[in-house]
Amino acid sequence: MPDATGLELIAQELREADESAVLDTVFFRDQAALVVPATAVPATLEHLRGKGYSFLASVHGVDYFPEEPRLGVHYELLDMHEVDRICVRTRVPTDDPHVPSVTPDWPTADHQEREVYDMFGVVFDGHYDLRRILMPEDYEGFPQRRDFPLGGEPVLFTHNERTTPEWWE
Amino acid sequence: MSLTPDIPYREMEESVEVSHITHPESDELLTINFGPHHPATHGVLRLMVTLEAEVVRDVRPIIGYLHTGIEKTAEDKAYWKAIPVVERMDYLAYYFNAMAFCGAVETILDLEVPPRAQYLRVIHMELNRIMSHLVWLGTTALDLGAISMFWYCFRDREQILDLFEMSSGQRMHTRYFQVGGVFEDIPQGWEHKVRAFTQVMPERVDQFLAILMKNQIVLERLRGVAPLDAETLLAHGTTGPLLRAAGKPWDLRKATPYSSYEHFDFRIPVGTVGDNWDRMMVRILEIKECCRIIDQALDGLPEGPYITSDRKYALPPRHELATSMEALIHHFKLVTEGFRVPPGEVYYPLESPRGELGCYVLADGSSKPARVHMRDPSFVNLQVFRPMVRDLYIADFIATLGMLDPVLGGVDR
Amino acid sequence: MEVTRQQLGAGGKAEFRARQLRARDMLRGDLEGPELERHVEQSVLTTTFEKAGRWAVGNANFPLSFGLACCAIEWMSHIGPRIDIARFGFEAARATPRQADTIMLSGRISIKMAPVIRRIYEQMLEPRYVIAMGACSSSMGVFNNYAIVPGDKFLPVDIHVPGCPPRPESLVHGILKLRAAILSQPDEGWRTRYGGRGTEEVVGDIDVHDINVPGGETGPGA
Repeated sequence: MPDATGLELIAQELREADESAVLDTVFFRDQAALVVPATAVPATLEHLRGKGYSFLASVHGVDYFPEEPRLGVHYELLDMHEVDRICVRTRVPTDDPHVPSVTPDWPTADHQEREVYDMFGVVFDGHYDLRRILMPEDYEGFPQRRDFPLGGEPVLFTHNERTTPEWWE
Repeated sequence: MSLTPDIPYREMEESVEVSHITHPESDELLTINFGPHHPATHGVLRLMVTLEAEVVRDVRPIIGYLHTGIEKTAEDKAYWKAIPVVERMDYLAYYFNAMAFCGAVETILDLEVPPRAQYLRVIHMELNRIMSHLVWLGTTALDLGAISMFWYCFRDREQILDLFEMSSGQRMHTRYFQVGGVFEDIPQGWEHKVRAFTQVMPERVDQFLAILMKNQIVLERLRGVAPLDAETLLAHGTTGPLLRAAGKPWDLRKATPYSSYEHFDFRIPVGTVGDNWDRMMVRILEIKECCRIIDQALDGLPEGPYITSDRKYALPPRHELATSMEALIHHFKLVTEGFRVPPGEVYYPLESPRGELGCYVLADGSSKPARVHMRDPSFVNLQVFRPMVRDLYIADFIATLGMLDPVLGGVDR
Repeated sequence: MEVTRQQLGAGGKAEFRARQLRARDMLRGDLEGPELERHVEQSVLTTTFEKAGRWAVGNANFPLSFGLACCAIEWMSHIGPRIDIARFGFEAARATPRQADTIMLSGRISIKMAPVIRRIYEQMLEPRYVIAMGACSSSMGVFNNYAIVPGDKFLPVDIHVPGCPPRPESLVHGILKLRAAILSQPDEGWRTRYGGRGTEEVVGDIDVHDINVPGGETGPGA
């Protein structure tokens, strides 16, 4: 991981390019993270690619309910030469969940962004084919949001067999 | 990309009547559906394959047929209880799933795992790696037509499952790894049995190689088929044996050692060309290296506790409950509510048999995780399947699917 | 139907030759009277057609090679050398549902997969059986959430085998229970339990050209 000073240096470089690029830096348990606004994500990733973080390991979504803005997207980057990791985090509210897609530059984000869309409802602008990947195509709702119910079935036992609607009816 | 016109895949995927699909522009191309139920697909993977005669021009995987909502279920359970849920994700590498989750939680807690527990974890993980590669080898050889390999590999797999059953009581999904260490110490005689196994296993690997390496059919089917260079693999986020077969020696056990992997001396098999043959050889030779690691771990197994002695996170030993009030209170709290984790978010990666398996845990101060995400290697590696099978014959396509080693539990979670 | 084995006589060569000659005479029609009766008792067994059919079905039950999740790996080890369910008649795992007798729901059934399984089940020919292997297919298992369906909701399951994944002994016990059910109680099938009378396939006058035409009429089946 870049240590705390390394992280601040990277954040400073990004702020030099664009004042509003970096909202926050987080250094927790030796893991470095940059919090950026959604519009700055592709530029930040390109800048970090220039610094050596050329491998996008993971794109995943988080629901920070009840904190606002609620939906977060995390981009885990890896530098294979220096063996370094850094995370780029962005947060979007539910009423405007748009994040520019990084798929043209990082092909690995393809299925992963579709999964974040499927599970959280974050729309990635510029993704060539954004649709549900894990749930059925016509599913309504975004399952992994915190206010989506867990769902499930009451388990069929003999004592509630008569009251539970049965499959052949 | 230029060979296939703009095909409305969406309609094709949703179409139920897949008896005959023609392309709007080209008469030569035929899209068929390798349905979720197919004798060759490793799990319920659906592929829409666009063929020109026998040559594959394009493939679109459709996944989600095994989506279990594991990540959402884990949010509903205490940290201790989420371990069995997360374990069932990549069902061939269950120790790795548990290790990733426990490692992430231990990182947030800043909890130290005693060295004996670390060594025991390494032994179980390497045994699991051997088992995963054996299942892969058996089923892939079955797809190639070498049916005897299936029986041999599963015979050896039964021996490993016996070892797991001896140490933890279950054959699969053993919930042996806990936050802070392992659930209980290994029984007497286990070490002896593991050593007997690691004595025999390298000879077995040599026997497998003797069956496969000089077989003309295997050579023709795998040598030079579906080579893919490391840049494309890296661009698609591929890690694990696929990347190592292409010549890039990237292994998280060596690059960022975790759980005392730095104490062991082992090699990483690396391929040259990146074709199916290299992918197969990398995995088979890894089995031998795993045996070396297990032997070294058993030789150097330190004495000591098998789980952290911090009673806030690990159950106290039962004999203490009779005498100590504090132990009783800790036991009660841990069993009913579970331990609380201070707020924080952590991404913990490790090297599973298929690549980089990472676990992201968001803790919000309560006793249940607020978000658990498993970055599964099969899910990301599946994206590289498309450039891999361009312009292959169908038979090579099936062999390449085997060499990709997708485990649909991890793909769909 | 009880299949008993008994040794005919002491087993010497001369005796065997004598029995062969008697059999030949019976076939010619030369054997008469008490000799004929004794021969028939010793070497011919009579049964009803149903019993014989059930005996065949129960002892040669080909499973569909169908695997979903973790239980599928355990299922593969059952086909493997140690447990070897081929000795119970589960010899050839057919890939096509048209040729299979039993479908093993080995693993968790997601809502996307349930219609696929239903279609596969409908393609199987009677008599067909369903074994729900493991906790997830019987009753959601570890994952009681939005994405999983229990097998009972869309398939008439004959045998539920608990476990996560089931131990080899318990799955073999389930398989043997299925075999016992087939051999002994043909009417206690799922139709009696679930009130499915009237859903038996009746193959009447079907024009061969009407079957399996793309975009045409649906094929036979309930």
